[in-house]
Amino acid sequence: MIINHPLLGPRDASEFTYLGDAKLIDRPDWQSDTAAQDFYEYGYLRTNPAGEHRELWFHEAGDRSWLVVTRNTLTHEISAVEMARDVARAQGRSK
Amino acid sequence: MTQINRITNGQTNPDQRLEFTFDGKTFYGQGGDTLASALLANGQRLMGRSFKYHRPRGPLTAGSEEPNALVELRTGGRQEPNTRATTAELYDGLTARSQNRLGSLKFDLLSINDRLSNFLTAGFYYKTFMWPAAFWEKLYEPIIRHAAGLGSLSKIDDPDLYDKGFLHCDQLIIGAGPAGLSAALVAGRSGAQVILADEDFRMGGRLNSETFAIGDQSGADWATATVAELATMPNVRLLPRTTVIGAFDHGIFSAVERVSDHLAVPATGKPRQILWRIYAKSSLLCAGATERPIGFENNDRPGIMLASAMRTYGNRFGVAADKRVAIFTNNDDGHRTAADLHAKGVKIAAVVDTRPDAPRSGDYEVLAGAQVIDTKGRLGLTFAEVREADGSARTLEVGALGMSGGWNPNVHMTCHQRGCPVWNDTIAAFAPGKNLPVGMAVAGAATGAFSTAAALSTGAKAAAAQLRHLGFQPKPPRQPKTEDTPTNVTPFWYVQGCNRAWLDQQNDVTVKDVKLAHQEGFRSVEHLKRYTTLGMATDQGKTSNMGGLAIMAELAGKSIPDVGTTIFRPPYTPTSMGVLAGRSVGRDFHPTRLTPTHKWAEEQDAVFVEVGNWLRAQWFPKSGETHWRESVDREVIATRNSVGVCDVTTLGKVDVQGADAADFLNKIYCNGFAKLAVGKVRYGLMLREDGIAMDDGTAARMAEDHFVVTTTTANALPVYRHMEFVRQCLYPDMDVQLISTTEAWAQYAVAGPNSRKLLEKIVDQDISNDAFPFMACADITVCGGLRARLFRISFSGELAYEIAVPTAYGDALIRRIMDAGAEFDVTPYGTEALGVMRIEKGHAAGNELNGTTTAQNLGMGRMVSKKKDSIGSTLSEREGLNRPNDLRQIGIKPVNPADPVPAGGHLMNATGPVDAAHDQGYVTSAAYSPSLGHMIALGFLKDGANQIGKRMRLVSPLTGVETEIEIASAHFIDPEGNRLRA
Repeated sequence: MIINHPLLGPRDASEFTYLGDAKLIDRPDWQSDTAAQDFYEYGYLRTNPAGEHRELWFHEAGDRSWLVVTRNTLTHEISAVEMARDVARAQGRSK
Repeated sequence: MTQINRITNGQTNPDQRLEFTFDGKTFYGQGGDTLASALLANGQRLMGRSFKYHRPRGPLTAGSEEPNALVELRTGGRQEPNTRATTAELYDGLTARSQNRLGSLKFDLLSINDRLSNFLTAGFYYKTFMWPAAFWEKLYEPIIRHAAGLGSLSKIDDPDLYDKGFLHCDQLIIGAGPAGLSAALVAGRSGAQVILADEDFRMGGRLNSETFAIGDQSGADWATATVAELATMPNVRLLPRTTVIGAFDHGIFSAVERVSDHLAVPATGKPRQILWRIYAKSSLLCAGATERPIGFENNDRPGIMLASAMRTYGNRFGVAADKRVAIFTNNDDGHRTAADLHAKGVKIAAVVDTRPDAPRSGDYEVLAGAQVIDTKGRLGLTFAEVREADGSARTLEVGALGMSGGWNPNVHMTCHQRGCPVWNDTIAAFAPGKNLPVGMAVAGAATGAFSTAAALSTGAKAAAAQLRHLGFQPKPPRQPKTEDTPTNVTPFWYVQGCNRAWLDQQNDVTVKDVKLAHQEGFRSVEHLKRYTTLGMATDQGKTSNMGGLAIMAELAGKSIPDVGTTIFRPPYTPTSMGVLAGRSVGRDFHPTRLTPTHKWAEEQDAVFVEVGNWLRAQWFPKSGETHWRESVDREVIATRNSVGVCDVTTLGKVDVQGADAADFLNKIYCNGFAKLAVGKVRYGLMLREDGIAMDDGTAARMAEDHFVVTTTTANALPVYRHMEFVRQCLYPDMDVQLISTTEAWAQYAVAGPNSRKLLEKIVDQDISNDAFPFMACADITVCGGLRARLFRISFSGELAYEIAVPTAYGDALIRRIMDAGAEFDVTPYGTEALGVMRIEKGHAAGNELNGTTTAQNLGMGRMVSKKKDSIGSTLSEREGLNRPNDLRQIGIKPVNPADPVPAGGHLMNATGPVDAAHDQGYVTSAAYSPSLGHMIALGFLKDGANQIGKRMRLVSPLTGVETEIEIASAHFIDPEGNRLRA
């Protein structure tokens, strides 16, 4: 596979390490009343879509960026690659 | 032997006489021959024995789809089994041997299996060797493996190199037949970066096998001229002898180039083969088509081959399969073989055409509506029995028979991304479907357009379309006039009533076996494949699958497309393990990382151990020491009594800088760091989000906004990855930066009561206990000005320091330490002594942080701060990880000091059953403690904190050990920590 790194252009997937669902960005609030349940869902529950999947890849043999890659699990087509940091900011994770 | 079947007008070079041996006998061939063509030229039809029945076999094909003529090439370390004689390029001095025989090829003792064929049908192994189970490994399998096998390995190391390479192009053209060459001309002239790969050593594909003209040239001459033009284009890379073996995601292809297989010995510095990874913006599959055989009784005798192969041997290699041949066909193409061979003076006994309206194709007999129903000839074809249209019998005396059952487009590569081929009635075969790999187009015979004119035009058009899409301006040329006959085929798969009609000659699968599988309920084509082995092994059913599908369809009353095909998977043709491994063999299997003290340690005769990719000194034997324990015990005692030094560079180091550095550490460590004073070090425990311990280490606050974090050696990479995840994905606007500095600093532990005295001779600053107390850290200088870092931390439990200098000074520093420490008998120690001392001190390491244990298990539950949020803090509080009876880390010592305490042993109560249900805990680390004079261990025990002093049994059923032990504090040495604060 080829991942089109937003900063570095197309790079071979072998340069990356895979983590999983990009929902891992949405880490729950530890002080919420439902924190225990929220963290259980965050840690253990994943959808397993046959189709588009947003997932985290780490450019370990490259610039050490975490990326959010939108990949079709059926065809491996990659429709979007974003800097995970930008995604995290867009999701309100700035302090 | 003379080349009795060599006829004129081939494309081989009679002036280049090549000597080779087959089964020890010397033969001669010509330049441009394959092993198969040269053997046929010498009248040698018999080239192998079949897999199961050991039937005599000759080549069925003239290409990579060959099921029969598998041979062992070369000898010694270069011996290679299961190579197809039909693709092996002949060279002077080649040695080849037949395989799968007991005795000689002519008198194979295992041909008795053929007489037992009634018992050796589909599923024979599954049905017969069912019990007793123990017999499988010891009796059945060795016998079967011996009898039903392919070639053998020499078991000598291969002396040759195999390389891997990477190529990029605008267009990859797979196959250099008429379609591929036509495409390459358009692409090459457009200026695009083009790769043209073909498995053959001579490009041209079927053009070299046919007699068609292209314009005013022969097809073969046109191919030669076209390849010559392409070779002058700097933007075109020609890869002959290169098989594209797989199409992968996003336009990535694998290809194997056989650089040196046609040479006795590779040229100096050249590899035998190269595995190319090709990144192609577009790809054009011009893989051609493969002819299929027809099923009839005894259709597997040497001399019976595909009609197209017979034509290839005649036209390209100048070899007649025999002086008298017949053709059995269901389509017009079979007639071409008769016409071509007839023109070369070969006697055509008859063309047997299943179609009642068979055309006349030349000055020889055509038997319309007739079928070949059986053959004779023990080691090679002598007679073919024909049933004519009126039912009368006829015997043809022939030494070779060409079969033509129609052509299958080579759709394989179109299906490597799970695409499915679609049935095409016109050609009675599967053609590429719509769901192609990204960027791929198909042209020529691979699409089912079988004429030469169609190949030239579809190749050029498809190439042009792809190139325009990439922004080039290709100019499709005027196509020269050439053959353009329509495909005319009437499906005919096998002669009714036949049983031992071979579908898959490689696996000895007959029409009868497919019928039996159907009768026994195997309805899915994938099940049929596994049960009968149809389409398995080196040829993957390239010539056999369609016949099997057709019979399945007939038996099930379905159409062939309803039955469907098995899934096509890479590699397209067999690929050697050597080229897949490349240079990653032996010591080069993975990179070796050397520590800064490696050279020095070698001088000290250190014994090294692999830790991840690192080589670390395990112990330093002294002369007279005959057992590793002597060295390790000495190193431990010397360190505890005076001073020892150990290279701990391999531990991961991460520099954490920024205004929010302390906040960041508060997130990744379960314990607090915000209040850590500058110049102080703190132990940190890192949890996974699920509350399980991930790693531990220290964080040293070098400045308000600067920490140096250490990790374990094994987790250096995963911890760094995790820290970046937390930084980028969870807290994207924290003012903090990370960088791994593991290789940047050489770091040594200096431990023991004399460690301060030693370091005072090296360090430029005051490091007295008052100035530099336990858990202090500082940027310092050593040896009169070299920048360094000093940490007063201790893994051994002694007064100890870790000193770090830039890696380039690592070798100098260890030598300086050894010189300065001579008066204290400073002793280098390795990873074993390090391990012994940390077990004596009760420090957890990888064995305890094993991915199943929590802070609570480790006795560090109170470290998990509840005042702040850190990774893993919430889930570490869940009920399941906090039961009163949970495992706790404890120490273990034998009641009788002489008893062993085996690692991996389990703890059981002093009385009661010994089984999993009564398991109380387990041992994680064990060592002989030279300080205590007996073995000790660390482990986990239910409610361990409250069991100190309890006597239990430690059992290790694997080693047969059962020891009476006593639960102790994990801190065997200096539990109050007086030594490290001294």
